[in-house]
Amino acid sequence: MKQLARCAAGLVFSLMSGAAQAEMTLSVGYLKQGIEEPAVLSNLDPVPETQGVDGAQLGLSDNQSSGRFLGHAYALEVAEIAPGGDLLAAARDMLAASPFLLLDAPADDILRVADLPEAAGAMIFNVSAPDTRLRDANCRANLFHTLPSEAMRADALMQVLLRKRFARLALVTGEHAVDHAFADALRRSAQKFGLKLVGEREWRFDADMRRNASQEVPLFTQDLPEHDVLLVADETGDFGRYIAYNTWLPRPVAGSEGLVPVAWSRVVEQWGAAQLQSRFQKLTRRDMRDRDYAAWAAMRVLGEAVTRTNSADPATLRAYILSDAFELAGFKGRPMSFRTWNGQLRQPIPLVTNRAMVMQAPVEGFLHQRNELDTLGLDAPESRCTAFQE
Amino acid sequence: MRLAPLLLPLSLAAPLGAEEIWVTNEKDDTISVIDVATLEVTRTIPTGERPRGITFSRDFSRVYICASDSDTVQVMDPETGQILFDLPSGEDPEQFVLHPDDRHLWIANEDDAVTTVVDTQSRTVVAQIDVGIEPEGMAVSPDGRIVITTSETTNMAHWIDTETHALFANTLVDARPRHAEFLHDGAELWVSSEIGGTVTVFDVASQTEKVKIAFDIRGVHPDRVQPVGFEVTADENTAFVALGPSNHVAVVDTATYEVEEYILVGRRVWHMAFNSDKSLLFTTNGVSGDVTVIDVARRTPVKTIKVGRFPWGAALRP
Repeated sequence: MKQLARCAAGLVFSLMSGAAQAEMTLSVGYLKQGIEEPAVLSNLDPVPETQGVDGAQLGLSDNQSSGRFLGHAYALEVAEIAPGGDLLAAARDMLAASPFLLLDAPADDILRVADLPEAAGAMIFNVSAPDTRLRDANCRANLFHTLPSEAMRADALMQVLLRKRFARLALVTGEHAVDHAFADALRRSAQKFGLKLVGEREWRFDADMRRNASQEVPLFTQDLPEHDVLLVADETGDFGRYIAYNTWLPRPVAGSEGLVPVAWSRVVEQWGAAQLQSRFQKLTRRDMRDRDYAAWAAMRVLGEAVTRTNSADPATLRAYILSDAFELAGFKGRPMSFRTWNGQLRQPIPLVTNRAMVMQAPVEGFLHQRNELDTLGLDAPESRCTAFQE
Repeated sequence: MRLAPLLLPLSLAAPLGAEEIWVTNEKDDTISVIDVATLEVTRTIPTGERPRGITFSRDFSRVYICASDSDTVQVMDPETGQILFDLPSGEDPEQFVLHPDDRHLWIANEDDAVTTVVDTQSRTVVAQIDVGIEPEGMAVSPDGRIVITTSETTNMAHWIDTETHALFANTLVDARPRHAEFLHDGAELWVSSEIGGTVTVFDVASQTEKVKIAFDIRGVHPDRVQPVGFEVTADENTAFVALGPSNHVAVVDTATYEVEEYILVGRRVWHMAFNSDKSLLFTTNGVSGDVTVIDVARRTPVKTIKVGRFPWGAALRP
C-alpha cells in the first residue's frame, strides 16, 4: 500500500503549482570541534558520531519543506575539526560564507569563535555547551543557546523533587569538570528551592564497577546521612549506571542517572513529539538526543524567523527572534522563545527515566510573573549578562 | 492483535433512529459509542491501531476511521461494528474530510507531508499532493471546489483546487495549526493554531486574513490555552472552540469574533460533535479519558462520560 502511495505521489508531483521558485537562500554553517571523550566504565551506549549534525539536517529538511511554499531555500554546510585542529580558521571561513553558525564545541572554544572580529553581527547558536556561565557573565550578544543550561536542568529536577516532598538530598559527584559543574548547579538549585543537601561523596574508585558494584556501592553510600533521594553528577556516563539498586538505603537515584532532566529523549511522545521522533528515526535510524534537539531547534528558529520576516538579514532575524512576536513550536507542549537578557531559548525540561517521561518542568504550581518557563535557569534579575542590553 | 472486550450481542445494539456519538480512543484502539438519549456508552468497538479522525458517509451506512498506526483508513459497518475493508490511505493518516460528492476522502498523512485523495468506491488512490510538514486539519468548501490542509510544523493552510489537485495558495497562520472549517456558506475559512493560541479567519475569495481571534482565560497561563477542534451551531452564529490543556471550551460570536464565555470541561479537550438538533455538544477530553456533554443553549456542562484512553475524534450517527 505504501508503494502504491509512492507511485501516486510521483504522478501528482508534476501538477504541483503551489511551490514557489526560490527567491532567497539562507545558508547555515555547522562547525564541530572534535574532543577526546573520557573513558567510561561501560561501552553499552556509545555516543553517536553524528550527534548534533543529524538534528541540524532534520531542521534543514523541515525548513526546506516549509520554505518551498514561500520561495525560501535553505542550505547547511558542515565542518568538523579534529581534536587539536584549527577551529578559529575554520570558523573564519564559515563566517565569511554565512553569518549563521551552529557551534558544537566546548564553552571556551565557543567564546573564542564568538569573539572573532568576523563574528561581529553574526548569529551563533551554541548547541553543545550547557555551561551556565555562557548565559551569565560570559554571555555574548551574537551568541544564542538552544541547549538548556545546567541551571535549567537542575532547577527542573529540584521542582520535581520538591513536588514529591523529597526534601533531603545526598550527592555523589564524579571526577570530571562537567560532573563538578553539574554538581554546582544542583547545589545552587537545591538552595534556590529550599531543599537540603545533607551529605556528599566524591566518586574516586578506579575499579571496574561491572564486576563489583554490588560490593562497593553499599559501602560507599553507607555513611551518608539519612536522605530521601541520592543525586548523581556523572555527566560523562561513567559510573552512575552502577549506583541504582546498590545503595545502602533503598533510595531513588536522580541527576545524571535514574530520573534525569533532559532537553530531549526518545521517551518524549506527547504534544506531537512522536512525529518529530519518527522523522528523526527515519533520517538517522537512531533515537534523537539532547544535542540533536538543540541543533534541530536552532535550525527551526532560523527557519521560523525567515518565514515570518521574509528576510535573511542577520540583524532583522536577530531582532525578530528577540521580540515578543517570536515563538517556536518545539514539541514540548508550550511555545518556546528567547530570553532577551541572555539569548537562552526558554523551554520545558522533561524529567525522564529510560522507559518513560515522569514529569515535565515547569511543574504545576511553580509560578512566575511573566512566563513559568523562567522558573528554570537564570531569570533576568539573576543573570549578570549585559551584552543584550542595547 | 489485541483482545477487545466482547461486544454486546447485536440484538442489543442501538435500535435504528437512536442517536449516537462515536468517539475514537487513540490509545485503546477502540471506538466508544455514546447513546445520546441516555448519555451512556452502549458499545465499545475494536479498531485498527491509533484511531483518530472519524466520519460517516452521507447516508450513515459506513463509518470511515483513520487508523493512524495501521497506515490505513478502515471502513466499518456501523450496525455490526465489522470492518468491511481497508482503504489505501498513504502513511499515518490522521484526519480527513469527506468530499460533498460522498465518494472521495481527502486524507492528511501526518508522517509523510502529503494529502492523499482516495476514491472510496474504486478503493484507489486518485492523487497525492505535497503539502507542508505534519499535515493535520482538513476542510472542504460546501461547493466542493476547495480542500484545505493545514500543516502543523510548516504553519500553513494549503489551499487545494479539487479539480486539478494543485495548490493555488499557501497562507501562513500561527504555530501548529490543527483544525480548519469553512463557515458562512464557504465565505470564511477558520483555522485554529494550537501553540499560537489563536484562530485565524480567512476571507475565502481573496485567501487573505480577515481577523485573528485570541483567547484569555482568567487564572490560566496563556501558554496552556491551545485551540484545537471547533464546531458551529446550526444558525452559524456561535462557534465552540476546544482549548486543549486549558480544559475549557470557548464560545465565540461568529459575527463579531468576540469570545463570549469559557466553559470548563475535562482535561486536554480536543475535538467535538453535536447531536442532531445541535442542542448538545460532546467534547473529547484526551487526558482525563472522558467526554463532556455541554448544554448548548445554557452553555453549561451537564455530564461527564467515561470512555477509552485518550479520546480523540467524535462524530454523530443520527
